[in-house]
Amino acid sequence: MDTRELVIQAIYLASSVLFILGLKSLSNPDRARLGMQQAAMGMALAIIGTLFHHEIVRFDFIALALVLGTVIGYPLGMFVPMTAMPQRIAISHMFGALAATLVGVAEYRINEHGLPRSTMAALGFEVLFGALTVTGSFMAFGKLQEFITGRPVTFRGQNTVNITLFGVAIAMFGYLIYRPQTSMVFYAMIGLALLLGVFMVLPIGGADMPVVVSLLNSYAGLASSATGFAIQNNVLIICGALDGASGFLLSILMSKAMNRSFGNVLFGAFGSPPALVAGTQAKDLTVHSVSAEDAAMRMAYASTVIVVPGYGMAVAQAQHVVRELADLLEKRGVTVKYAIHPVAGRMPGHMNVLLAEANVPYDRLYDMEEINSEFPQADVALVIGANDVVNPAARSDPSSPIYGMPILDVDRSKGVIVLKRSMNPGFAGIENHLFYAPNTSMLFGDAKSSLTRLVSEVKAL
Amino acid sequence: MTSIIELYVFVLAAFVGYQVITRVPPLLHTPLMSATNAISAISLVGSLVLAGANRDTLSNWLGFIAVVSATINVVGGFLITDRMLKMFRREPKPAPGGALEKKTGGAG
Repeated sequence: MDTRELVIQAIYLASSVLFILGLKSLSNPDRARLGMQQAAMGMALAIIGTLFHHEIVRFDFIALALVLGTVIGYPLGMFVPMTAMPQRIAISHMFGALAATLVGVAEYRINEHGLPRSTMAALGFEVLFGALTVTGSFMAFGKLQEFITGRPVTFRGQNTVNITLFGVAIAMFGYLIYRPQTSMVFYAMIGLALLLGVFMVLPIGGADMPVVVSLLNSYAGLASSATGFAIQNNVLIICGALDGASGFLLSILMSKAMNRSFGNVLFGAFGSPPALVAGTQAKDLTVHSVSAEDAAMRMAYASTVIVVPGYGMAVAQAQHVVRELADLLEKRGVTVKYAIHPVAGRMPGHMNVLLAEANVPYDRLYDMEEINSEFPQADVALVIGANDVVNPAARSDPSSPIYGMPILDVDRSKGVIVLKRSMNPGFAGIENHLFYAPNTSMLFGDAKSSLTRLVSEVKAL
Repeated sequence: MTSIIELYVFVLAAFVGYQVITRVPPLLHTPLMSATNAISAISLVGSLVLAGANRDTLSNWLGFIAVVSATINVVGGFLITDRMLKMFRREPKPAPGGALEKKTGGAG
């Protein structure tokens, strides 16, 4: 190892340490920002270090690509609204995976003949995971951005098709390790993986997106890590492993929060809930609707109000009005807390980011385990566009598709006010008995306009 | 032999990652995702070599696209993470006693 190589490796080591410290800082919201800035420094160091690589002889492509990437990346970082965060994250997985896949293809092309089997194995993993993530993430992006239908797209024999595709891809991979020089198989495998990504995300509905986005996060990381194995670069292996572990952990957490099995997550064979089976007897039940005036009165004279936000709040972009209402209530001496279900919204932590954007202090945001014991003491639980995560059937009705899923015990509070557009069942098509409970009042309308009405009513008191 | 050492690195890094990330509160799960995404754009170091090496033109072009994609994630990823983390603020008057009272006292 010559001096130059030694310096580069030392820089990579430093970057790796900075990255790990950066992620560690995320365990504390007060230190997180500084830690991540240090991680960004680590990235800058790694890039500069790489430019001294002995193989690099021309800088025109590099300079142009760096500039172009920055020009595209800057607005994606600075101007994307917080409500669009799920699709923003999904598309970034595509970019990451694309980079890894292209490196894999290029490495294969150059070394096609005389590729050792271990390198071939790494390259195979890289392009397999990479290509699958490219199209999978694009599909997820499309669904979240709603230019592809958010509803599950299913067809007869879908699982058979998916498993066959996957099996064939794995068989091709095996063959490539046996005979690395068969380039036809290599490119066919990439094509198959691209197709697999599409088919994998196609049957997945919007409510299941948190799991998928986390899973793709993990796959993108694994593809990066495999790149590291292929080009023998430790910093790549480390970062890919960090990303892979993080995405993996998040997808486990998310699937637990939805009561789906671990195997379900790993193979991505989830998505089509047995819709419209449970709770059809709800037709005879009555709904108590409430006027904004009454609802405002009840909250204004409450001592504790727990706000339960869901995807409906994000869709209506109502987070700022929520904060405004909470401010008014607090001025009147009401304690306002926020209960956040892990899978509320379309990605892990979605609600937290939106409320933080609306300047809600983070010590007011409570996780499910922390807040559930407090519902019985709450005078009003204000449910804003949340449905499945507050459905008591998950606790009581074994025939319900969401039975066993941990929920926020909203129904146990003294009174519930639900802001909802209409009585149409939620995304998964599951009837929610909370809406018919005697202590529940429904305030119909778009979440944002309902909240605005509530705000003016509270002001008028 | 080198690939065995690389396997060691991978396993240990995944282990560290798992330990570190377990401690990240659900509050910050979205920034965590964007942060790991930005960090895994370190694949840029592989792409840079590809774009600048003297192999063949197609390699350079593949490298070019890869560098653009990875740079988008580096720049966009770190910026958006910072933008999010900037928003997470504590209660304006963080007297520890007061905060505690709020948590238990509001219950009745």
